[in-house]
Amino acid sequence: MKHRYLPVTEQDQADMLAVIGAESIEELFTDIPAAVRYSGVMPMSSRLGEPELLRHMRELADRNADSDRYPSFLGAGLYDHHIPVVLNHVISRSEFYTAYTPYQPEISQGELQAIFEFQSYICELTGMRVANASMYDGATALAEAAALAAGATKRKQIIVSRTVHPEAREILITSALGLNLDVIEIGYKDGVTDLAALEAAITEETAAVLIQTPNFFGCVENIRAVEPLIHAKKGLLVLSTNPMSLGLLESPGRLGADVVVGDAQPLGIPASLGGPTCGFFAVSEPLMRRIPGRIVGQTVDQEGRRGFVLTLQAREQHIRREKATSNICSNQALLALCASVYMSTLGKAGMQEAALLNLRKSHYAANQAAASASLTLAFASPFFNEFVVRLPEAADLKAVNSKLLKAGFIGGYDLGEEYHELKGHMLIAVTERRTKDEIDRFVSQLEACL
Amino acid sequence: MKPEKALIFELSKPGRIAYSLPECDVPELEAEALIPAELLRGKPAELPEVYEVDVIRHYTELSRRNFGIDNGFYPLGSCTMKYNPKINEDVARFAGFAKIHPYQPEESIQGALELLYTLQNDIASLTGMDQVTLQPAAGAHGEWTGLMLIRAYHESRGEVRTKVIVPDSSHGTNPASATVAGFDTITIKSDGSGMVDLDALRAAVGSDTAALMLTNPSTLGLFEEKIVEIAEIVHEAGGLLYYDGANSNAIMGIARPGDMGFDVVHLNLHKTMSTPHGGGGPGAGPVGVKSRLIPFLPKPVVEKREDGTFYFDFDRPQSIGRVKAFYGNFGILVRAYTYIRTYGPDGLRRVSELAVLNANYMMHRLAPYYEVAYPGICKHEFVLSGRKLKQYGVRTLDVAKRLLDFGYHPPTIYFPLNVEECIMIEPTETESKETLDGFIDAMIQIAQEAENNPELVINAPYTTVVKRLDETSAARKPVLNCTCG
Repeated sequence: MKHRYLPVTEQDQADMLAVIGAESIEELFTDIPAAVRYSGVMPMSSRLGEPELLRHMRELADRNADSDRYPSFLGAGLYDHHIPVVLNHVISRSEFYTAYTPYQPEISQGELQAIFEFQSYICELTGMRVANASMYDGATALAEAAALAAGATKRKQIIVSRTVHPEAREILITSALGLNLDVIEIGYKDGVTDLAALEAAITEETAAVLIQTPNFFGCVENIRAVEPLIHAKKGLLVLSTNPMSLGLLESPGRLGADVVVGDAQPLGIPASLGGPTCGFFAVSEPLMRRIPGRIVGQTVDQEGRRGFVLTLQAREQHIRREKATSNICSNQALLALCASVYMSTLGKAGMQEAALLNLRKSHYAANQAAASASLTLAFASPFFNEFVVRLPEAADLKAVNSKLLKAGFIGGYDLGEEYHELKGHMLIAVTERRTKDEIDRFVSQLEACL
Repeated sequence: MKPEKALIFELSKPGRIAYSLPECDVPELEAEALIPAELLRGKPAELPEVYEVDVIRHYTELSRRNFGIDNGFYPLGSCTMKYNPKINEDVARFAGFAKIHPYQPEESIQGALELLYTLQNDIASLTGMDQVTLQPAAGAHGEWTGLMLIRAYHESRGEVRTKVIVPDSSHGTNPASATVAGFDTITIKSDGSGMVDLDALRAAVGSDTAALMLTNPSTLGLFEEKIVEIAEIVHEAGGLLYYDGANSNAIMGIARPGDMGFDVVHLNLHKTMSTPHGGGGPGAGPVGVKSRLIPFLPKPVVEKREDGTFYFDFDRPQSIGRVKAFYGNFGILVRAYTYIRTYGPDGLRRVSELAVLNANYMMHRLAPYYEVAYPGICKHEFVLSGRKLKQYGVRTLDVAKRLLDFGYHPPTIYFPLNVEECIMIEPTETESKETLDGFIDAMIQIAQEAENNPELVINAPYTTVVKRLDETSAARKPVLNCTCG
């Protein structure tokens, strides 16, 4: 068969077999026992030529409602932010995207420097001392943080607030089984972690408290009140955060966090049905050698020039095998690059301005919702770019969202799915991309759908 | 001396911007009016202030200091650095794939769900398994997921099995994943021909065996000829067989893990299915299982209704739970599906045939100059030993660095661990005979240089933007970012 990606001609094949001393390609497979040879044609999708394949993929894509055509008020961990045009041009440079992990530093200085800059950006934004090269996503990074805390404190109990993203908590619980950790969930009051319950739960056995801020409801947690509770018992404070919010909110490092994780998706990464995004992971200096995954360090070459290498590899699986701090190998390097280009583009002023725009637009939307006859705000705690509204008693959110879709909007998240006490509550995200006109029309349409 | 490349932070000049944000068309309230002052940032993050041309030139320059498959031959063993088709990149960027949210109403993502459903089935066919989860984000993530499934399976039968067996040639992620899944690892030695030593395996298995993890073909590029016996030994002891799919590029349509007796399989879509490595990720590591493990798969799984619509099935009471937020690295899954459709089943079989042809051709041509660790036929990759060159003071590392001057990415070196001065070469099917010959000639020349002028090899590379870097001091006195003073 001829194929545009396959260069071997019939003549090549004959010449190569002659060098090998084989009569046929079949001879190269005689080491596979007959009992396990597959002789049929695998029942799977058939081959399409390039024009037909493009048409088929376009047809599949067109059956999805994308946020360019449908203004989105859906967040819940993935946000519809403006993506600066330059980003796609940079990550489309195939020297970046077709490279493997930079194991040969002399010909990988570009990627290594890009990762070093990503680590620098994350440290600057979070106020932490050390960041790694990336994790799969924010949710798995949180589970890794729990593992790190257990290892560092030699304790087994993890306390997690119910205001942490439900999917992150689910992954934490799956992971805890393998790591033999005890996970305790703490409830919330007025949309933020119940501090009295938290204080009562923390003991000398507590490895870490895991808090998300802004939390799953969009509310900003009072970390200044949480921090002394866990540090008094010598456990670690693990914060999960939205990097976009750090243009405005106090850095977790200054709030006393020992480990900071999160998802860099808001920094220029398309939602893409939830992946690939990019987890980040940052720690205070004493925890440097416990951090999972790859880290790039600065060094010099034989002639004294600055250069970059993968470093502290004695933590990693390819050296330490079963004693590694984590099993992570592939990470999300290309999305880390994407987030770096975003932060380069926004810069010092842009990150503040973007965060402020999110804050203002979401508060405008919340005020519009609160002023309507049928919607009320569920919580009075301060929030960033997401808030919770209570719909009238009988409202079926699934039906409401289907109606909103027909009206051209992607509606908010149905909190009743994961929080039974919040049946009839919608989590609404408003990013800088939403215009006043879209917000006004959305609120009135939402009322009309009830 | 070539100049150093500036960091983006070093390009900063106060007052410059590279962004354009939407107008504020709502009341311009101050942050202090909306958020308590003690939770607001005391001082702004010191991010660089540059303009758009700086951004583009900076990253373009960085890209020019990097080597990808599009720059040249990249025979990195066990990494399957095949061509990354451009159509994959284009379609993954369609707004209908890139700009959709996992919590949108099900009726608004039917195209995406159909793609996921079809890909689940295609991977099940390809591997000979009964059901597939697409959630894991990478190979190691798939390994851990698979081991958690195995754990749940044994527990559901009231059995406590604590040991995972791996051969000494296995990837480091195998034992690391076993640890994270709560198992102890037993490493068994390979026999003289590089295969699993059956006596060692028999001695290792027992009532505490949870699983054997095997890469087949192995990291030595060899097919485990006794795979049927291996499966019997493990299954008779009540353990399960885990297939590390890192080397699946050798066997597509030729032999399926499910038919070899494996119970759980992961594939690395960023290897076998051509999705780009991205400088270290993202990948995707879907996991396939035999029917008895289906109840434990992570939730949700994509299912099809009788009316032809697709949905996420969350109603899986025995599921191990979630392993990744949302539904996996969807953008990578779109690329993998596109790739499968450029070939179809016959084409994928041809891919594996040519990957194996290329590897055997290279092995035969290089055999007179480097020691072939395990002579015979290889699969998609093969392992050489550079120990003959040690008499000249030249190590495998030096050979790798010298290859840089010829414009090649070096092979994997010093892995697997059980071959001295190891050089592991995987050409893939997308390389032409001319490319292979060019690389072989370079390898032969380097072998001759090692003998006649070893200093030339030991001091390589000469043509790169930096020379060999001081890794020891990088680890001893770590400088891990440029901002925290």
